[in-house]
Amino acid sequence: MATVGVLDAVLWLPLLLPVALAVACTVTRAPALTRRAPVLASLVVLACGVALSAGALSRAVVVPTALTGGVRATGAAGTIASSGGLRADALTAFMLLVVGAVGLTSTWAGLAPRVARGAPPPTGHVRYGALICLFLGAMALAVLADNLGVTWVAIEATTIATAFLVGHHGTGRALEAAWKYVLLGSVGVAIAFLGVVLLWATTRAAGAPTLSWTALTTHPGPLDPASLRVAVALMVLGLATKAGLAPMHSWLPDAHSQAPAAVSGLMSGVLLAVAFSAVLRVQAVSAVVLGPGPVRALLLTAGLLSLAVAAALLLRQHDYKRMLAYSSIEHMGLMALGAAAGGPLALAAVLLHVLGHGLAKAALFVVAGRILAAEGSAEVSHVHALLARRPDLAVPFAAGLTALLGFPPFSLFFSEVAILLACWQRGLGWAAAVALVLLLVIFGGLARTSAGMLLGRPPGPVPPPAKPALAPAPSTTVALLGRGPQTPVVLALGCCAVAAFAATPVGGLLARAAADLAGGR
Amino acid sequence: MDDVAFAQILGSAAGVLLLSAVLMVWRSSLRAAVRLLCVQGAALALLVAAIGLHAREVALLAVAALVLALKAVTLPIVLGRRATVDAAAGREAPRIAPTTGLVAVSMLVTLAYLVSRPLLALGAGPAARAAPVGMALVLIGFLLLVTRRRALSQLIAFLVLDNGIAAVAFLTAGGVPLVVELGASLDVLLVVLILQVLSSRIQVAAHGSDLDELTELRD
Repeated sequence: MATVGVLDAVLWLPLLLPVALAVACTVTRAPALTRRAPVLASLVVLACGVALSAGALSRAVVVPTALTGGVRATGAAGTIASSGGLRADALTAFMLLVVGAVGLTSTWAGLAPRVARGAPPPTGHVRYGALICLFLGAMALAVLADNLGVTWVAIEATTIATAFLVGHHGTGRALEAAWKYVLLGSVGVAIAFLGVVLLWATTRAAGAPTLSWTALTTHPGPLDPASLRVAVALMVLGLATKAGLAPMHSWLPDAHSQAPAAVSGLMSGVLLAVAFSAVLRVQAVSAVVLGPGPVRALLLTAGLLSLAVAAALLLRQHDYKRMLAYSSIEHMGLMALGAAAGGPLALAAVLLHVLGHGLAKAALFVVAGRILAAEGSAEVSHVHALLARRPDLAVPFAAGLTALLGFPPFSLFFSEVAILLACWQRGLGWAAAVALVLLLVIFGGLARTSAGMLLGRPPGPVPPPAKPALAPAPSTTVALLGRGPQTPVVLALGCCAVAAFAATPVGGLLARAAADLAGGR
Repeated sequence: MDDVAFAQILGSAAGVLLLSAVLMVWRSSLRAAVRLLCVQGAALALLVAAIGLHAREVALLAVAALVLALKAVTLPIVLGRRATVDAAAGREAPRIAPTTGLVAVSMLVTLAYLVSRPLLALGAGPAARAAPVGMALVLIGFLLLVTRRRALSQLIAFLVLDNGIAAVAFLTAGGVPLVVELGASLDVLLVVLILQVLSSRIQVAAHGSDLDELTELRD
């Protein structure tokens, strides 16, 4: 079939084009290119995600039978394209969409202001542009690779690509965050590598050495359950570090709060999500041989612990970027809870949550970065009456927080309800109840903190002089501080609001992706 | 290579791996730690070469050469330069006394043998029986990571951990696929270089690379 050949070629684009853009950035060093390259790379990934999603929707007919749980698959579900070690199924297509959409939101909204002709470009612009392109390429490889070992290499490569992005501002605090991030991230991912090694050894002992996800989930062979259990546990633990799940989360608030806004958005919406999708893949392998038990216990513990950590630290958070970081831990915890419940409903809800959280969080981080530039402080107590003084910042911030808190019509509301319902259905009612209590605490903490920032009366008719922390600007342009393209923020929040209602493209894709993962159960 | 010689070489290489890790816990000099890391890398390369010769796999001999070049030469040289610079600033002051450290090591080695029991089912040869040594190296790497204060020592601890994982890989499965092996080696090299750059920038920013001073970010 001709379309299959085209789709096979499409697999390579999200890897090769971002890398080519990164090379072009370093070679030409042209400010016009380095400024736009990350946006272009995101667009490429997004376009490939759309193409593969169309491919996924045009094939396998999957009929989700609503809340009762069963997914009846007729026709060949699964792989829609494969080429040279890469493969795409519905989950891959969906994750590429997430990477592209969140990447576009972060990079477009985070575009540096255009420099005047003849003025020197901002320092480090080449490194910044090239590293973000490499990051996007590595993320695409992580979701496209069929080999779990290659996925591991790609996830570790993102640690390398983002190390200097976290430390981009070069302050002592940023460097401290970067050090912790690289060391903890590498050690965590090294644990996952030990798991990959043991998986390889286990399949080798069974006579068919492979790390291919497709092979492992379709015909795993007589694998030794004891050593596979160790391998799976190590892989889940290691990848959970990268996904920001407690108790291995300690790098996350530091890195997210110190990185430039666009990078925080990328890490929160893309890196955590891709690492989590790798956990889902490992879970699927484990479910085929060992049943859902072992991974379910791990994810349940990590999920509830993450919610508890987030609740404890969101209650009295004094730094609004850290507040968003802890909220990421909260949402990863919810996703882990959904994955622990398992089954088509929970998995589709988890994937919808990945998309909704990524879009809302990327938009929020960018707006938080603008607030930081305008107010000169990341302290919650230094920011007052934003709604009255700077509605251009306050309205998107409030809208994003509304999404994050799980209000309808944003898709996070529907995915959270579905995750909790699925927990109830699958015999984890007590976990759903605990999660609900923790979510209420988190709701209170977030609402209280943000109300203090947004509401209130401005101190006088004249806005107080802002102290620019990042961009030194002459006093006449103080009012312009913290401006940037609003379109991507509006688009991201708009998509987050309609995603849950768009049954035709989104719902169908989610059902197929969940069916791919839950195939064996 | 006959089976007796193979078992003997394997046993000695595994012994050197473990001994060098134990000595790292005992010694507190940074330069000694870098030298021990070099010895550890060479022992790992010897281990890989022995497995390659025994299984008559040419690819494994190439991997052995790669391991030797990366873990016994390049990384110790990169770290050694920093150790010379840091030597003036003083020695490592571990959070635990050397004796306590050695007791902890003996317990960790026992633990490694306990957790590796499922792995023994994967193979019957002398290689699989030595796999717990790799696990012990991983655990000792963790111990070093949490008990050391200086940036360079933490970097060395990370490499001990990595050597342990590599040892497990070669002992239980004769290594991972080449593309994964190359990717993993490149990743380790880049991580070490990045951490080097970061630690020297931290030193410039904070006048000293003692990580205990890195406490600005907390809740």
